[in-house]
Amino acid sequence: MSDDALFDFLHSEIVNYVLERNQSQNKDAKDEDLSNIEYIGFSTGYRMIERLTKEMPRFKDELETMKFICTDFWSAIYKKQIDNLRTNHQGVYVLQDNAFKFLTRLSSGKQYLEVAPRYVSFTCGIIRGSLANLNINCLVTAEVQNMPSCKFHIQVQRT
Amino acid sequence: MVIMSRSTSKFDTKKVNSELVTLTYGALVAQMVKDLENTDDVSKQLERLGYNMGIRLIEDFLAKTNTGRCFDLKDTADKIQTAFKMYLGVQPNVSNWSAAGDEFSFILDSNPLTDLVELPDDLKSLKYCNLICGAIRGALEMVQLDVQSWIVQDQLKGDQNTEIRVKFIRRLEDAMPAGEE
Repeated sequence: MSDDALFDFLHSEIVNYVLERNQSQNKDAKDEDLSNIEYIGFSTGYRMIERLTKEMPRFKDELETMKFICTDFWSAIYKKQIDNLRTNHQGVYVLQDNAFKFLTRLSSGKQYLEVAPRYVSFTCGIIRGSLANLNINCLVTAEVQNMPSCKFHIQVQRT
Repeated sequence: MVIMSRSTSKFDTKKVNSELVTLTYGALVAQMVKDLENTDDVSKQLERLGYNMGIRLIEDFLAKTNTGRCFDLKDTADKIQTAFKMYLGVQPNVSNWSAAGDEFSFILDSNPLTDLVELPDDLKSLKYCNLICGAIRGALEMVQLDVQSWIVQDQLKGDQNTEIRVKFIRRLEDAMPAGEE
């Protein structure tokens, strides 16, 4: 009888810890610095995907990797799949989750839209970390317009 | 729009959940070690974090298990044992009761929180599992029990088992919040 309440609560505490820490360090910073939350997500994703894909054959291409992130990987972490995946076939992918787990506990009105970035940073990191481990370097940003729906934008960096 | 095939989970959900918590927690501890200079401060912070989680976990626990009031501390220990099983997937033994019956230990053969974890030499004094002690203290405070909890044995430090000690301090009385009649 395993439970993911623990993961939920742990995630909230990570957000709290990083914000409190920021506040005590630089009180007068204008924008919230969420980079440490993102980095904790990055480390988690980087290690998590390595364990999940240990026994799997290599992915055929970038698109197949993204599909894996949207289906199996997302289900493993958030107990549901990504609802919609779009791409321009030139390295930009948009993953849409219509009921993103960490936002479903917040009011779905406009009231908390401002704090939504706090609750999606960790996941941006998870995506960036997992793709980094699969040798895809990218930038990941999130866009929240209507809670609890969230769009993750992935921009693959080609060198 | 890309068509994604619906797949049933390929993975062992239980194992994945547990590893997800372990890895996330590990990443957090690593961040704290970077942030805070003093290892004792990290341990303290972890306990506090556990406390915050405990005060929320107990609500989840009571709602899901439908348990009522505990008769005595022994009963409480049994219920925490169930909670271990629910949230960490391991069932510790309850033992080493003090003569007065106000102190006991949870003994874990394996500790999911420390799976995949190794402490470097300069962090040997870190109380990595303090999160659990904090969670126990936080959860029990919500049901009017003031306890102390600390780690006696730790597999991370080469001990055979992980032993978490709990000591009953007192029963808390319902108190009105300050400033209210």
